[in-house]
Amino acid sequence: MTKAEKQAELIREISGTDPYKCMKCGKCSASCPSFSEMDIKPHQFVSYVLHDDIETLANSRSLWKCLSCFACVERCPRDVKPGKLIDAARQLVIRQRGQDYLKADEIPELLDPELPQQLLVSAFRRYRR
Amino acid sequence: MKYSYYPGCTLKNKAKELDRYARVCAEKLGFELEEISEWQCCGGVYPLGSDEIATKLASVRALNEAKEKNQDLITLCSACHHVLKRVNDDMKNVEDIRTRANNYMQLAQPYQGETKVVHYLEVLRDVIGFDALKEKVTNPLAGKKIGAYYGCLVLRPGKILEFDDPENPSIIEDFIRAIGAEPVIYPYRNECCGGYISLKEKELSRSMTDKIMESAAGFGADMLITACPLCRYNLNMSGSDSAVPVYYFTELLAEALGVKEEVSR
Ligand code: SF4
Ligand code: SF4
Repeated sequence: MTKAEKQAELIREISGTDPYKCMKCGKCSASCPSFSEMDIKPHQFVSYVLHDDIETLANSRSLWKCLSCFACVERCPRDVKPGKLIDAARQLVIRQRGQDYLKADEIPELLDPELPQQLLVSAFRRYRR
Repeated sequence: MKYSYYPGCTLKNKAKELDRYARVCAEKLGFELEEISEWQCCGGVYPLGSDEIATKLASVRALNEAKEKNQDLITLCSACHHVLKRVNDDMKNVEDIRTRANNYMQLAQPYQGETKVVHYLEVLRDVIGFDALKEKVTNPLAGKKIGAYYGCLVLRPGKILEFDDPENPSIIEDFIRAIGAEPVIYPYRNECCGGYISLKEKELSRSMTDKIMESAAGFGADMLITACPLCRYNLNMSGSDSAVPVYYFTELLAEALGVKEEVSR
């Protein structure tokens, strides 16, 4: 197995989803509220995993634009769960040392007095290890 | 009727009203909320990786305590509800997660998803009943046009949350009718507010919030109600305009039941 194949295998494992079921209908991307901000769109994300191109996904802006809102998961007719694939790629990145998307020392300036605890704990879980 | 109750971290802090109004209303409606002892934060978002176990254990502990007391477990915050419900589904249906979580926990009896997790709104709908609730309303909010803001966490994935139809929900509109107001149905009521994105991506968050607010205002809502502290924060704080105020549904419930004054702000 090449490194690329191993990484793709890992994404399938972490996400627990099967990208081979995708029929490229585009419903996930049509549903995605972050669509316009994503360089790789949710339905394209699925194709990259199919083609074992995880390197490109790991460097994609989309990892940090996905809201985990599950609109794509709810509406996919084939139960592919693109949002889970995106999270798995994000995990692959932040599980490496020094790759946290939210650094401890940038937090103070992001806070405001109304900010709910829920926002911080959620961002911690999605952006850091 | 006595329930285990999981308030979560935000309801002890920035969203105290959501919790306090819920407590006085429960008393008025005749059900008891028994707070889980030493509950820990659910983490705010469900850990999606199927190999993640440690991040799910705080939820398992709370679920197991409710099981030992033989009570259903009530949640109020949309995020806590989402996380507890999904972890419970894992414990019930995903053998690998169940086995590994129980190996960590070493409970007297393994936890296998026995607890029923219910949202406060589901208790109003399924146990009290909206018709019965309507009869208990002493101060109907007549003339108010209220938009339900569901967001994503309580609805999706519909197969696991089983809260309401994820595309055409009606529970909060029925609630609005029960407290004597008029529901406003607008297209963006179940669109995501942006969630945690507002911490680092202010622009993206603003554009999402603006779409929801424009949609609600355009359909004539005077105000919105929600069960989620983060939705409320984003809708109030992250958009370019906050012409439509956002409240917790429990505050309006307390007003309608005539117990609002019992809560000191
Ligand atoms: S909605 Fe599902 S089947 Fe359609 S393109 Fe997206 S992942 Fe593929
Ligand atoms: S979960 Fe992510 S990819 Fe899916 S619709 Fe929501 S923002 Fe888009």
